[in-house]
Amino acid sequence: MMSTWTMKRRLNTALRYVLLTVAAVVVVFPIYYAVATSLFTAPETLLYPPKFFTTRPYWESYREALRRAPVFLFIRNSFLVSVGVTFGQLATSSLAAYAFTFLRFRGRDALFFIILSTMMIPWEVTLVPNYMLINKLGWVDTFQGLIVPFLADAFGIFLLRQWFLTIPHDLKDAASIDGCSDIGFFGRVVIPLARPALGTLAVRRFLTVYNQYLWPLLITNSNARRTVQIGLAMLQWDESVAWNSTMAGVVMAFIPTTIVLMLGYRQLVQGLTAGAIKG
Amino acid sequence: MVPRQQVVRISRTRRELLRFLQGIAYLSPVLVLFGVFIFYPLVRSIILSTFKTDLLGRPYDFVGIAQYRQIFNQGFGRSLIITLEYALITVVPEIILSLMLAVMASWSLRGIGLFRLLFSSPIGIAVASSSVMFKMLYSPNAGVFNYLLRLVGGSGINWLTNPKWALMSVAIVTLWRQLGYDTLHLLSGIQSIPAEIHESARLDGAGPWAMFWKITLPMLSPVLMFITITSTIAALQSFGPINILTEGGPAGATRVVVYSLFREAFFNYNFGLASAQAIVLFLIVLVLTLLQFRRFERSVFYQ
Repeated sequence: MMSTWTMKRRLNTALRYVLLTVAAVVVVFPIYYAVATSLFTAPETLLYPPKFFTTRPYWESYREALRRAPVFLFIRNSFLVSVGVTFGQLATSSLAAYAFTFLRFRGRDALFFIILSTMMIPWEVTLVPNYMLINKLGWVDTFQGLIVPFLADAFGIFLLRQWFLTIPHDLKDAASIDGCSDIGFFGRVVIPLARPALGTLAVRRFLTVYNQYLWPLLITNSNARRTVQIGLAMLQWDESVAWNSTMAGVVMAFIPTTIVLMLGYRQLVQGLTAGAIKG
Repeated sequence: MVPRQQVVRISRTRRELLRFLQGIAYLSPVLVLFGVFIFYPLVRSIILSTFKTDLLGRPYDFVGIAQYRQIFNQGFGRSLIITLEYALITVVPEIILSLMLAVMASWSLRGIGLFRLLFSSPIGIAVASSSVMFKMLYSPNAGVFNYLLRLVGGSGINWLTNPKWALMSVAIVTLWRQLGYDTLHLLSGIQSIPAEIHESARLDGAGPWAMFWKITLPMLSPVLMFITITSTIAALQSFGPINILTEGGPAGATRVVVYSLFREAFFNYNFGLASAQAIVLFLIVLVLTLLQFRRFERSVFYQ
């Protein structure tokens, strides 16, 4: 016979699974319902009481979404912009973080402070002048207009510097005795050692940029450059498009980020720990 | 002949100069980008906010703080209050819910990794996509939320068109999306609490409830502080859900600061007024961030 202690333990475990499941259902429900709706027929989306699942998925809604808007082109645009910003930021941030960790020069700490201080400036504050600038440069509706303003970011520099600080300075001394230059040490030692931090930054940046809405809304005006988040809103505003096709667009749009999230989950968690500095 | 000491001094200043130039070379991409896309536009915003501008946004007449006065006369005060209210109704439930999720996600059970991934899944859904998804859930007739309300005996709500509910409805979208990040943050905070602390408390006879209030919560306070401030700043910058779900309506009930400055600049072409609003937003975020920096200063600079 089971002892009361084991019984209590089992009951406790079962209760925990119930709570976890309820919480997971609540959190995931909007995503689940978007996927389910994308497989309904248009009349099914208007039923009351609403349907929650279907045994006969209606794939035509995806074809309809693709007919209404070039969703794949929008996803490609978002993808290119996200990848461009991500790699650009990895390059600029790691160079800057290197200077702040391994080089000694006058004014270094002041510059570090100035760069960190940009975290205090919400991007929306500079929206109007930036828009005017991009206009003047003739970068409206171009990839450079979507990418270049975001190529440097204080958070990335900060995150990488925190990581670089954990690399022993003796390594640098040893390398310079062997005649290794700074740029050599940076490329051959620091960057390979910092791969986890770079991974974290890459996942975060990709998700953030893919998520952008206000800036691409302002500076794109053709399908050739429009990012998917703006494209979706178009689909949604078109009264003649039924919910099933709109949701098909939503689902196609979140497939890349969901893959990045699943593959990069570990990196993301590591980075959060580094970001939330314990006071 | 030059005295030897002088040679040494010259070469030292030379070396210092070279080192400085090397440092600047590494920093140059960042310095140029920040100069062009952050510092110059910030100064420009300040200038625009104190000048009358033409339709192309060229300043022509210095007016001092007149435009700041004007925005407050035109109801910007209401936008500020709405924004703060929005931040409050987003952040408070967000922290409480994500704390609950994080505690659950920290249980050591088989398959917990799957639940962690599910709890963080909103991170993978962009703001605009989430807004479109929720728009369907909010739909007044066949929408799921009203169906569930009627199921428990309530009556349907006009989520997005009733001024009483619209702000809350928009806040729910932001809240839902932020849950993923906050839960991950808090989870890693919980996991970094040394196991021995809980162990010795257990030996002293502390129950799970007491341990949560007396150990977990106090130990999490730096992380809680961090996510409270970052979520508040994020809420103050909200734009996507408002533009997609309510367009500032009904009757201005969801006209938050960023939406207001967006309309002012890109519909009314009043770049001066829009800039004044932007600077006020900047000052609010500045204060919040300084609060944050004070806590972090030590670990940033003296590690």
